[in-house]
Amino acid sequence: MIEAAPPGSSRGRDVWLRFRRHKGALLGGGFFVFVLCFVAVGPALWTVDPQFIDIQARNSGMSAAHPLGADQLGRDMLARLMAGGRASVAVGVAAMLLSLLIGSLIGVLAGFFRWIDGPLMRLTDLFLALPLLPLLLVVILLFRDTLRTAVGPETGVFVLVVGVIGATSWMQTARVVRGEVLTVKEREFVLAARSIGAPAHRIVRRHILPNVLSPIVVSATLGIANAIITESALSFLGLGFPSDFATWGRLLFDATDYLQRYPSRVLWPGLAISLTVLSVNYMGDGLRDALDPRTRGR
Amino acid sequence: MKQPCLTIAMAGALLVSGAATAERGRDGHLGVIYWQAPSILNPYLSGGTKDIEAASMVLEPLARFDEAGNLVPWLAASTPTVANGGVSADLKTVTWTLREGLLWSDGSPVTAADVVFTAEYCLDPAGGCSQLAKFDDVTAVEATDDLTVEVTFGIPKPYPYGPFVGATSPILQKAQFADCVGAKAPECTEANFKPVGTGPFRVTEFRPNDVISLEANPRYRDPAKPAFATVTFKGGGDAAAAARAVLETGEFDYAWNLQLAPDVLEDMQAAGKGAVVSSFGTLVERLVVNLTDPSPDLGDARSTRAHPHPFLSDPAVRKALSMAIDRNLLVEIGYGRAGRPTCNVVPAPAIYASDANEDCLARDIDGAKRLLDEAGWRPGPDGIRQKDGIRLSILYQTSANAVRQDFQALVKQWWSEIGVETELRNIDASVFFGGDPGSPDTYQKFFADIQMYANNFEGADPEPYLGGWRCGNEPRPASQWQGENVPRYCDEDYDRLLGRMAKTGDLGERAALARAMNDMLVRDHALIPLVHRGRVSAHARSLGGVLLNTWDSEIWNIADWRRIR
Repeated sequence: MIEAAPPGSSRGRDVWLRFRRHKGALLGGGFFVFVLCFVAVGPALWTVDPQFIDIQARNSGMSAAHPLGADQLGRDMLARLMAGGRASVAVGVAAMLLSLLIGSLIGVLAGFFRWIDGPLMRLTDLFLALPLLPLLLVVILLFRDTLRTAVGPETGVFVLVVGVIGATSWMQTARVVRGEVLTVKEREFVLAARSIGAPAHRIVRRHILPNVLSPIVVSATLGIANAIITESALSFLGLGFPSDFATWGRLLFDATDYLQRYPSRVLWPGLAISLTVLSVNYMGDGLRDALDPRTRGR
Repeated sequence: MKQPCLTIAMAGALLVSGAATAERGRDGHLGVIYWQAPSILNPYLSGGTKDIEAASMVLEPLARFDEAGNLVPWLAASTPTVANGGVSADLKTVTWTLREGLLWSDGSPVTAADVVFTAEYCLDPAGGCSQLAKFDDVTAVEATDDLTVEVTFGIPKPYPYGPFVGATSPILQKAQFADCVGAKAPECTEANFKPVGTGPFRVTEFRPNDVISLEANPRYRDPAKPAFATVTFKGGGDAAAAARAVLETGEFDYAWNLQLAPDVLEDMQAAGKGAVVSSFGTLVERLVVNLTDPSPDLGDARSTRAHPHPFLSDPAVRKALSMAIDRNLLVEIGYGRAGRPTCNVVPAPAIYASDANEDCLARDIDGAKRLLDEAGWRPGPDGIRQKDGIRLSILYQTSANAVRQDFQALVKQWWSEIGVETELRNIDASVFFGGDPGSPDTYQKFFADIQMYANNFEGADPEPYLGGWRCGNEPRPASQWQGENVPRYCDEDYDRLLGRMAKTGDLGERAALARAMNDMLVRDHALIPLVHRGRVSAHARSLGGVLLNTWDSEIWNIADWRRIR
């Protein structure tokens, strides 16, 4: 009935209207946009080098020169928070995209082609059973030097962390997508497409994928949160990026020794991680409500 | 009504008398936390302080050093000297006599055969013994009777207290290790994890890289000791958590080596549960320069003397790196009163400490730049100096630890000021010092350009320590990556001085030689000393008898520790 709908009430607009009604999602989305601006545009406005040591300013509180104070070596906290956010958010988004790609692919394949369903789902079970952190440690040990010489230390670790988080967090997506595909592919319009001889890839692309978009988008938002937390955990363990390369997790890790004397140093990165993850979760929540056809019109 | 009263009175009397006569195990449980977890309890197979000190509760040497650095007999009845006839006039033979009636914790007697076996165990060329330097020049170790051992050296040994002295060279039980000699040494898990010893405690459970449970050795030579019935020796975590566990929460009684920011430690002590103790020994935080090429392309030849380092083999670069460092600031930030700037790898005892290198204490950025200019290292388009296509780009690794991390960041900035690029790497301390030949991240493998850690020598004689840097003692695949010459330093003159020292008996002359060798090492900048560190540890206020010892194992007198009520 798309032709009958008035112009402007396209599906996207429809979704936006319903998304807007979800207060939490709107707030979360707004905050996430703010975080993106903070880490992407921020360093252009606040041009202090996050690695520069101004030893005179060490342990100083809030001041005009250092709006959020300086750490134990006199590095500017605001600059480090922005640089750290850049790394953390980049890892989050990149790892999410990777896990989404793998998860959707495996989910669609398993759901659509019956003969490959069993092996793929067992593979999924296998990955679910893998403990993430020990695996990460081994992978970092094995491939760190190779990647370091190939693309440089920071990019190398970035690729490694993103790759490992992506490769170990696609399973939920795959399962949810497979379930959706299983129901959608038995629907009449798929049957119709098949009966006029549409090849499998077209059926998947034109008929299946658009109908399973909502679980994919939702798992994407959850994936970002998950990846940011995993990266923080890695930095917290002293792994991952070099020690002077700021990420939110690393800032938190460095600040724990000073928790009692300078609580603000823990507060800012901790707040940034929690609020970003929370906002992304709210966004996912809102998107799920907005995209779910069953709640449409309520 | 009368009888119960009497019973209570009698029980009370018993309790009182029980407390009055000191008996073994009267003080219950002792908790010790080392934030580096021991991975083995055999000091001959590990260079790690944590392993050696953990083992010192179980395994004991013939003689060791007390908290003032004096040699005291331990399993031996007395310390052999020339005066008492224990050392022969030609300085080649030392005769040790064991105390009478010593028993292993399994009940069998300690005999001279065990001492002889210990020497054989370490001297086996296939064993990769970490303490081989202690046995330098030993030609024979023979038992003349059940309690007497004669150690013969190939050359006159003016300081013969290497073998069987100190926590790094304890006596192993022959019966337990007889099948573990040579290449089989690392395979004997049971023996390496639960050695039978003569010490105040014996192992009940050993979980590598985690926790050791011990109980009082029922056959310990002094029936009144140890005061504690059981010990939990917890390893792992980090220095801050260990300090907190003793100083703030009181979960543990003793925490080792608290390398924390000075103000952090002071704040913790203010909680009142424990006391921070410190003393200066020979511990020096240093940068170790890799004189060989750590490039991963080299495969098995990586970080071996087959390939010199592309730019750190240039003395001018090494010197410039040292000149750019402000040691005073490092001390101020990292150690406070628990450290002082130093230019020597042998900073103590006083007669061995050289005063010829003090010029390194003043930072000289301009001088460093000039030096690099003169050596032909010119700044490239990105500001990083280069020559013949080789960029001065350094991978600088250390164990993960807040103070070292701050040092890394500071040094990186200073080096960037002279046009040297630095990449930092932190490795978990248990891995870095773990000595596992399978891991690429150990300090012995040194797959980096520069690394930072602290090391010291035991006892009052620096000869074995200086002997560590002799040519051929470098860790390499053929030695299972064991060896103390971590910078892969090799200088004939140095080895010659070492040879001379091995023949010199006069203490003054020995000191002069030691200073000369120290000067060679630091003027060649194979080692770049940064900070002379005092050992800082903490114990609960209720724990008595702690005598912080920088000359031997820190828990050397754990048998005397007791609960103060």
